[in-house]
Amino acid sequence: MRILSLAGRRLAASVPTLFLILIGVFLLLQLAPGDTVDALMAQMGGGDAATAEALRKFYGLDLSVPAQLGNYLWHLVRLDLGFSSIYGKPVATVILERLPPTILLMTASLSFAFFFGLVFGVIASRGVNRWPDTLISTLGLIFYATPSFWFGLMAIVVFSVYLQWLPPGGFEDIGTVQTGIWRVLDIAAHLVLPTLTLGLIFLAIYLRIMRASMLEVLNLDFVRTARAKGLDETHVITRHVLRNALLPMVTLIGLQAGTMLGGSVVVESVFSLPGLGRLAYESVVQRDLNTLLGIVFVSALLVISVNFVVDLLYARLDPRIAAEG
Amino acid sequence: MSETVLSLDALTVRLPKGADRPHALSDVSLSVASNEILCVVGESGSGKSMMANAIMRLLPNEVTIERGRMMFDGRDLCAADPAEMREVRGAGIAMIFQEPMTALNPLRTIGDQIGEMFAIHTGLSKAEINARVQALLEDVRIPDPKAAAKAYPHELSGGQRQRAMIAMALALDPKLLIADEPTTALDVTTQAQILKLIRDLQQRKKTAVLFITHDFGVVAKIADRVVVMQHGAIVEQGTADAVLNDPQHAYTRQLIAAVPPLTAPPPRILSGKDILTIDGVSKTYRTGGFLGRGARITEAVKNVSLHLPRGATLGIVGESGSGKSTLARCIVRLIDPDTGSIVLNGKDWAKLGRDDVRRETRHIQMVFQDPFASLNPRRKAAELVAQGPIVHGADRATAIAEARKLFELVGLDPSAGDRYPHEFSGGQRQRIGLARALALKPDVLVADEPVSALDVSVQAQVLRLLAELRQQLGLSIIFITHDLRVAAQICDVVAVMKDGAVVEQGLTAEVFGKPQHPYTQALLSAIPGGKFAREHSTAAE
Amino acid sequence: MDAVKRYFRSPAAVIGLILLLLVIAMAISAGLLYPRDPLALAGRPLIWPFSNPRFLLGTDNSGRDIAAQIFYGARISLLIGGVATVIAILIGILVGAFAGYYGGWVDNVLMRITEAFQTLPNFVLLLVLVAVFGSTLTTVTIAVGVVSWPAPARLTRAEFLSLRNREFVQAGKTLGMKDVQLILGEILPNALPPVIVYASVVMAVAILLESALAFLRLSDPNVASWGNLIGLGRDVLRVQWYVSAIPGIAILVTVLAVSLVGQGLNDALNPRLKSR
Repeated sequence: MRILSLAGRRLAASVPTLFLILIGVFLLLQLAPGDTVDALMAQMGGGDAATAEALRKFYGLDLSVPAQLGNYLWHLVRLDLGFSSIYGKPVATVILERLPPTILLMTASLSFAFFFGLVFGVIASRGVNRWPDTLISTLGLIFYATPSFWFGLMAIVVFSVYLQWLPPGGFEDIGTVQTGIWRVLDIAAHLVLPTLTLGLIFLAIYLRIMRASMLEVLNLDFVRTARAKGLDETHVITRHVLRNALLPMVTLIGLQAGTMLGGSVVVESVFSLPGLGRLAYESVVQRDLNTLLGIVFVSALLVISVNFVVDLLYARLDPRIAAEG
Repeated sequence: MSETVLSLDALTVRLPKGADRPHALSDVSLSVASNEILCVVGESGSGKSMMANAIMRLLPNEVTIERGRMMFDGRDLCAADPAEMREVRGAGIAMIFQEPMTALNPLRTIGDQIGEMFAIHTGLSKAEINARVQALLEDVRIPDPKAAAKAYPHELSGGQRQRAMIAMALALDPKLLIADEPTTALDVTTQAQILKLIRDLQQRKKTAVLFITHDFGVVAKIADRVVVMQHGAIVEQGTADAVLNDPQHAYTRQLIAAVPPLTAPPPRILSGKDILTIDGVSKTYRTGGFLGRGARITEAVKNVSLHLPRGATLGIVGESGSGKSTLARCIVRLIDPDTGSIVLNGKDWAKLGRDDVRRETRHIQMVFQDPFASLNPRRKAAELVAQGPIVHGADRATAIAEARKLFELVGLDPSAGDRYPHEFSGGQRQRIGLARALALKPDVLVADEPVSALDVSVQAQVLRLLAELRQQLGLSIIFITHDLRVAAQICDVVAVMKDGAVVEQGLTAEVFGKPQHPYTQALLSAIPGGKFAREHSTAAE
Repeated sequence: MDAVKRYFRSPAAVIGLILLLLVIAMAISAGLLYPRDPLALAGRPLIWPFSNPRFLLGTDNSGRDIAAQIFYGARISLLIGGVATVIAILIGILVGAFAGYYGGWVDNVLMRITEAFQTLPNFVLLLVLVAVFGSTLTTVTIAVGVVSWPAPARLTRAEFLSLRNREFVQAGKTLGMKDVQLILGEILPNALPPVIVYASVVMAVAILLESALAFLRLSDPNVASWGNLIGLGRDVLRVQWYVSAIPGIAILVTVLAVSLVGQGLNDALNPRLKSR
């Protein structure tokens, strides 16, 4: 209960952050050349000034900037993100359609990166400065330096073009309509390469942090106490070191949530996944500023919820946190 | 009746290349018998802690046992394989450490960590283990053992944590208990309780105890036999009585002479005029308040009134959390007091604005506790000392030249001014800190635990220097310390603080000789080897 | 001097330095080796690497010399990476120093802003900035710098928080130093080393961010950049995969070099960490 109220308070504290972001980006977008109406007119193949004027009035774009901002925030409170002229649908609808692939991709990549980062980090720290450590650390450095979109392209060349093991892109096979377990398997096959591509750099980061954190904890006094009790090395690691070493990893999930969401923009573009990231890219190219603002809002919301879960998790792992609240 | 439990024979431990000496321990031979406490005494770097780790075979990777034997329970631990060692650790030889906070896993409950001893070495059931843990916690007289078993380390006080460590160490009735400075991190009253607990349990269980310490007071209180170490070798060993009262080796004599006696030196004649008057100073902290909920209020300093006669030394003594450091920082205005006045040279120093404080601060200077943290590592020594005068408008070259003169005054080589702080020893750094404070020619010096981070022999030198300077420069000093023995040596008047308030103040000889407040009495009687310190001081006269 | 010796004792750090110097040499010599515009038509399109001595690394789908684009691309990557890093570190130090030193409401306000920047995915913010200000070299560089400052700011703040209560800073205060003297003379020199080391991470990320932006064709199309070339090669990926592969390796090597140098600096400046 205590933990929940603590995390809840952190959540409440992020409300002003959210507004800060929205107001900042809204004002920023006012500086953009052209507005929704321009984009719409371009879509329609041009039109006269009178039509543009009428449309501006219709969308409330003739009001002053503060009034427009007030309007936007007022609509937002009622969960109305406005209307996308490009897609001809409410922004909320467009975003909701695109949300599942992104959430799936992020969850998969995060699990992949966290699990293997943990395992490799532990292995590397156990053989510190010997060959397993050197190999893992070197691979980690290379993964970290690999541009994700390039890795994705090369993976397509190898696994889709030459070996033909996995589909080169898309969320599912559109040609054949599948249901039930077959559909799940199909989507899974489509997500293997994107998951690896997005997860790779985070795998590198997690393994490095896990290795460093293990080495740090192994030097702490209570590990000596555990050894002085007559505990064998395996149990020293599993019962005393691991949980302590995990704490920075958990913190990192929260810190990296935004970066990961940003990375999905690129990865979704490489693999033509119809997700939020690709939508962000499309709305920039098509100058669909309303949708872009909606995406900013939803991504911030996503990052905040990830951090909420991380807070809960951390408080469960570390009894000292709940005491501080 | 008493049999030898552990004997070390010519134990030699090699340090990695690049260390300050080739061996951590060279040819160390000693033995501990059941039902006795053997104290190993030495200053930092004497190799005493390395010995404890060597016996447990828990040396750092690069440090190796070169030769020698460690006979325990009929076998040589130097030759034991890892599996054998694991059987010995915990069950045969148990250990307690200096820092009970960091020696316990912060993420697991006390009961869980004590119970682990049984889980490793016995086949007891969960319920039996829980019952044994309860019994152990009662044995070490922890308040509310049931709750303590469920508590996490951060929820207990330092003393309680050390009790839990002792319960853990004694869980399997080991033949030998190694205690590595187990009371150094504790307050003096807690220290006395823990020492008594170790003594009681040892006598009841007939355990052999290897007790490592730097403090001769502790030795006098607890030891049956004593081993004195210097630079990794044993210089003297014998019964406690023999070593303490009739030391043979020059080093032992030097160490014992450096232990400050508890009795005050003959009182000096004090000036009738006060240079500094503190009246009703309070400082309260509010923490953890978010929108006014759950705010904790700590009264760090409560309505303190003190006065410092010109040319005198006022000692402020107290345990950690007594508010003495906060008070010191209020006096130099590092912290702004909430209420009260601090009158220095007729001006109310507590009411001055920021700019005035910056200008007037040269009249009142501070010496800090930690000789490592109190000097900016990126400035040369002479520059550090010259900083103050430069800030107050002195020309740089003159200030540096003055700084070199000050080096001489505090007993440092003037040519050392071009070196960086890390090239000096702890005692030398403290002299630099002193020179920096003196560079502004202050009237009042506030010294916050200036010798507590130093080895006892260095401590004595710095105290002597401080006394000389006081005479020579006509300084008035406020001396903050937790160590009553140190206070007794240098202070003309003392004030005893507890929970932010002054409970007793007066002439040092009176306060220490006839303490009125029960807390002062408790503090004085808690000093380890208090009796020894008093006897030894009379012997010295 | 010890730090220099320690640096050169680590093989990884030396390799990193050599690679970095190589990339810098490429950037400097680009104009000498390939005096022509790297984006101009040079020959037949899609010549495979090593098949024509005139085009050692082949040509892309528009018949432009890949080798020339790689050399000129080194300039762009280093320029954007370097300048963006300087921008990010400067903002970071400024914000972090103020927040860490003064604490209280200053800290509160500055950290709220930092938090806002970290809550918004940096690449999404980059897209917004590019959408608003366009895709010239200058705007992209500034945009990359602007999205990268929060991490160095937090690091600087943490350093300041731990240093400002250190006894030598308090000693400075009791000597009568002003805030500016304390911040610049006492705290900053001690807070700087970890921030400088962290700059290598910022630079690595900055190079990757710009290349991703270029890959999406949202960076400056009028300069030869590695990301642009990868994006171009995507159209012929199924057969002439080398058009994308070669610039990707260039990015990998550069980022690897920067990371290795950063790690080497870290180990050289904080010897305690290395010894365990």
